[in-house]
Amino acid sequence: MKTLVFACLLSLLTGSLQAQTFITRNGYAGFFSKTPLEDIKAENRQLYAVIDATKKNLAFTCLVKGFLFPKQLMQEHFNENYIESDKFPKATFVGNYTGDVNAANAGKYPVQIKGQLTLHGVTQTIDVPGTIEVRDNKLIGASEFKLTPGDFNIKIPALVSEKIAKQIDVRVLVECNPK
Amino acid sequence: MRRNLLTATLCFFLFTVSSSAQDSALLNMLNDSLSKDAKPEVVSGTFKATQLINTPTAEAPAKKTLQFLIMHRFGELSDGAYELFGLDNAEIRFGLDYGIADFLSVGVGRSSLDKTCDANFKLKLLRQTAGKIPVSVSLYELMSYTSFPKKADKPFLTSRFRTAYTSQLLIASKLSRKLSLQLSPTLIHFNMVSTPKDKNDVFALGLGGRMKITNRMSIDAEYNVLPGNQVVSSKVYNSLSLGLDIETGGHVFQLVFTNSRGMIGPYYLAKTSGQWSDGDIYFGFNISRAFNFKRKE
Repeated sequence: MKTLVFACLLSLLTGSLQAQTFITRNGYAGFFSKTPLEDIKAENRQLYAVIDATKKNLAFTCLVKGFLFPKQLMQEHFNENYIESDKFPKATFVGNYTGDVNAANAGKYPVQIKGQLTLHGVTQTIDVPGTIEVRDNKLIGASEFKLTPGDFNIKIPALVSEKIAKQIDVRVLVECNPK
Repeated sequence: MRRNLLTATLCFFLFTVSSSAQDSALLNMLNDSLSKDAKPEVVSGTFKATQLINTPTAEAPAKKTLQFLIMHRFGELSDGAYELFGLDNAEIRFGLDYGIADFLSVGVGRSSLDKTCDANFKLKLLRQTAGKIPVSVSLYELMSYTSFPKKADKPFLTSRFRTAYTSQLLIASKLSRKLSLQLSPTLIHFNMVSTPKDKNDVFALGLGGRMKITNRMSIDAEYNVLPGNQVVSSKVYNSLSLGLDIETGGHVFQLVFTNSRGMIGPYYLAKTSGQWSDGDIYFGFNISRAFNFKRKE
């Protein structure tokens, strides 16, 4: 009896030991739109990210107001007219990844990330490729993918439709430290 | 044995519960941390344009942004069909404004009315901040020089006499995502007035606001009160203007109706001779275009 309880406790303990959580508060998310008329770029360096290497779960969140544009007017239009940051202040992602990442062995591992992305109050399932690199006791997650504004109920007026790409390139880079 | 099984089940149950709750727990943990770190937000986009209709707003062109502004007023609607309800005549002001810093812009302008040049600056003194500062405050200073009539015709009208100064404190507040209001106490100093009874220092109070009807359109109104006994030699009225803002990318179009012919402080505040009730209404528009001089990174 005692042995069993001990074994159970041990398994719980080791379980929590193995639950290696990696976290950052200054991850990077950027998006890019290229058209012959205009290039648009916005970057957010205050992306909060957490990766649970045991359960292969991950989550991201950021304030959409944290996306900075080289042109201030664009930033204002992004917040006021497109993403409506007063109504929907956050962008979040929660999901998991498949692929073998050994947090004990340095190296770059390809992964497939699947989960729920919430933007502009709309939640969509995305399934995108990425990499997780193990280096210096850190997990460095990276992914590049495309999003369509219309999928998130972001309307682009006909008058400026030539200036905004149909699909927006998104880049995410997070350097997570052990919690 | 049964007890052993029970304990084992319990342990297993505990373990699974702690792992399945992980998914949303991760996000909740991040969101908590995000809200805890959040700094008070500076309110942006109080107005779409740098002017309500005639009155400047607390907004100014951003750093390294040049704004070209055309303000245009046709003749009076009451002119009738012969003058095509005012469309045969027009007054115009061209303006260039440049953002030196995020808190300071400078500008120059030229109005066809009395061939008036102006130079101005706008200094953002206070920015509205959620939960901390309820209003944005900007200081607007405009110096105007009237070059009509010609010096050759009126040699005694030296530069000094042709100059006036307008100082405005623009106190604005974005009350909701749709509604913004502005109060603008103004002092105008004329170096020369028509008669000794007219005051050289004229005080006026502007009230105005905008109501968004869509994300890119808003209805604007402004009313400028000129208290009596300041301009007495000519009949002047308070200035009332209504407008519709349409924003498209770097442009803001404003369609306006106003009883003021002039588009800079000394004119629309202290020399508005039209009256809405008499049909002295000028239709017109403001068009602004922003050019960016920030080098691409």
